[in-house]
Amino acid sequence: MSRVANSLINRKPQGTHSNEIVLSMDGIYKSFSGVQVLRDIHLDLYKGEVHALMGENGAGKSTLMKIMAGIYRPDSGKIVYQGQETVWHNPLEARGKGISVIHQEISLSPNLTIGENILMGTKFPKNRLGLIQWDVIHKQAKTILESIGSSLDPRTKVSELSVAQQQIVEIARALSFNSEVLIMDEPTASLTDKEIDKLFVIIDDLRQRGVAIVYISHRMDEIFRISDRCTVLRDGQWISSHPISQTNPELLVKQMVGRELSDLFLKTFTPPSLAEKEPVLELITVSDKDIVDKVSLKIHPGEIVGLAGLVGAGRTELFRTIFGISKMTTGEIRLDGKRVTIKSPIEAMKHGIAHVPESRKEQGLFPNLSVKENIIMNQMHTYRKAGVLQYERMNPEIDKYIKDLGVRTASPEQNVMGLSGGNQQKVVIARWLSIGPKVLLLDEPTRGVDVGAKTEIHKIICELAEKGLAVLMVSSELPEILAVSDRILVMHEGKLKAELSREEATQEKIMYYATGEIKK
Amino acid sequence: MNTNTPLTSRNPLTFKQKVLPVWNQLGMLIILILLCAIMAMFAPYFTEVHNILNILKQSSITAILAAGMTVVILTGGIDLSVGSTLALSGVISVMLTNAGIPPVLAMLTGAAVGYIAGFINGYFTAVTKLPAFVVTLGSMTYLRGIAFVISGGLPLVLTNKFFIFFGAGSMLGVPTPIYIMAVVYVIMFFVLKYTMFGRHLYAIGGNEEAARLTGIKVERTLINVYSISGLMAGIAGVVMAGRVISGQPNAGISFELDAIAAVILGGTSFVGGVGKIQGTIIGVLIMAVLSNGLTLLDVDFYWQMIVKGIVIVIAVLLDKFRN
Repeated sequence: MSRVANSLINRKPQGTHSNEIVLSMDGIYKSFSGVQVLRDIHLDLYKGEVHALMGENGAGKSTLMKIMAGIYRPDSGKIVYQGQETVWHNPLEARGKGISVIHQEISLSPNLTIGENILMGTKFPKNRLGLIQWDVIHKQAKTILESIGSSLDPRTKVSELSVAQQQIVEIARALSFNSEVLIMDEPTASLTDKEIDKLFVIIDDLRQRGVAIVYISHRMDEIFRISDRCTVLRDGQWISSHPISQTNPELLVKQMVGRELSDLFLKTFTPPSLAEKEPVLELITVSDKDIVDKVSLKIHPGEIVGLAGLVGAGRTELFRTIFGISKMTTGEIRLDGKRVTIKSPIEAMKHGIAHVPESRKEQGLFPNLSVKENIIMNQMHTYRKAGVLQYERMNPEIDKYIKDLGVRTASPEQNVMGLSGGNQQKVVIARWLSIGPKVLLLDEPTRGVDVGAKTEIHKIICELAEKGLAVLMVSSELPEILAVSDRILVMHEGKLKAELSREEATQEKIMYYATGEIKK
Repeated sequence: MNTNTPLTSRNPLTFKQKVLPVWNQLGMLIILILLCAIMAMFAPYFTEVHNILNILKQSSITAILAAGMTVVILTGGIDLSVGSTLALSGVISVMLTNAGIPPVLAMLTGAAVGYIAGFINGYFTAVTKLPAFVVTLGSMTYLRGIAFVISGGLPLVLTNKFFIFFGAGSMLGVPTPIYIMAVVYVIMFFVLKYTMFGRHLYAIGGNEEAARLTGIKVERTLINVYSISGLMAGIAGVVMAGRVISGQPNAGISFELDAIAAVILGGTSFVGGVGKIQGTIIGVLIMAVLSNGLTLLDVDFYWQMIVKGIVIVIAVLLDKFRN
């Protein structure tokens, strides 16, 4: 492994940056509605360096990036830009002074031309009649594009471009503001290897020209290939900053995780000799059209399997494929040893698969309905007599779920949005338990849930497994994965990279596989 | 007023939970009662039985359209084609009757034409995922066109007594359209509250993505929703033809806007998922009482339009503040 890392290190140009600090942040604090997301952050950015910003999901990278770009204002702390203490009032001001951001999601107007997009936000040149001079715009755009070695025609509509080409337009737009600092948030997330190579040539060129680049990425190999220095954040705190030549992937991963398993519910019951039981759900080389790539796995009754990985590793997409929301392009799914085809959520439910989706608000809850109706929605058809719903008959069932899962609500008739996040999540889980599932797919079951409710939900999950339910759980919180799972699978870029038993799994090991470093 | 008094809480709730929804529901009812009280004080003959029945009779067509419109708006959609559907179904049912087809069959065909028109709207909205506004804007135009083409652009006079009875007759002193309206609202109340279709409709209006993930057949439900709206327009068309004793290709122009206004006045949210059929009838009656009272007060028709428009905006504004 370290041999791989070393070869990566050797390939990248070293020490090209000057010793002139262009931007320095010191003692940055930021909280959102009482939650401290950044604590005492330090960051020095040199002219002409590529500075990697690293950390787990939720470590505070994007918040720090947004403070740098004037999108958020820090609660306290000092920002010194080009030798002057600065307070950004808005992102436009920061951009005007030379700090540009290329966000992860491309933010171009697809219906406009490349030229318009590049110069959008600057003053369009006008003639004496006050009409826009398109020739001048396209000429200016062309000059900028050529300066980064691109031969795109500025008159082309953005909607006709590939993702990589759009990324180039984004960079060109950032440069149109004469950027001194360029922040790139996961710029390679949707690029092919070839396109990444091209992007790195551009980045290297920008570095030569003295632009300081903040580079956010989860991909370890890229970090070692392109960056000069790196800063690691963890849980909103500054952990370390050093030249990339003085570190290695193992050390970085250690610095990124290093969290304790304190005050979490720990699963105690591990079913004996799982291997002897027949798996209830089995996937054989399952792929979808986007990212999931030949995933094979087995889950046994009574087992909790944690599915770890970084955001965008394809875990949610895998769930959506199992549940029949997105199409399976290759492979097969077996339930109780029998091959099944699942083309819709309805079919998945008929086979006894339940799916608690990632986003409670957008995919789980009916915000206009009561707790009662939210719970019973999947099973309404069993409470009909000649097509007429019998509300009275539902009550005992609903009371049972409210009691079993400990849903804290004033009444079953209360609107579900009046509940806390944790209780809303319990309502969604209750709805899925009502179908009497054999397999439970949980996608980020405790996202946006406070610590107390988290523990309760973990307990519920473990109790369900004890009763024989097979649980497959996606979580981006490693302590959660480690606390609840009997077995842990790690995904990276759509592929299953590792299977770890509860005993051998550590945060470091999981991160190691999740960032795509493969032992061989 | 003889409206069905809406909403009584069933289960024991806290004080706040008890009062808020009742207040939310009663808001428009209070406005209606106030309006009636004002009219009773100032407008001559307003409180006479004859006038009350007249108000109900005049509002019946809009009420039937608005019942269908409520279902559509509950899913977050819109149906602009109901006025044209009304005209087409009226023309076709009168034409068939005049051609010697038994009137019952002709009237059922008229209603069925509405259902089919709605089904087509539903198909394009739900399956090909075009915006409902555009789909029904299109059908509003082509359905009206068809009505003109098959009628030759002229009103078709209706002579069948039985048919006329449905629009202009009365039973026990009460005009027939009022019975039809009442039946439509009772059935609609029941469908929305006590059938899976009704609850699925609320679920889709509240969160379509969650509904789909929960295994609700969203497309099928939406097709049914637009079909129901079309069916209501078809029934309204038949009633209308009976009332004006003719099938008129230019009947019901801008009726869709009255129906939408009534639904919104009734507290149904344009976003979808929130609203009740009881609210819609209150919205219909507010509009009807207003135009009846203003007419009795001898207010010029053009001024009535101005007043109605302002009332709609103010009522919705009040509703927004209350919530």
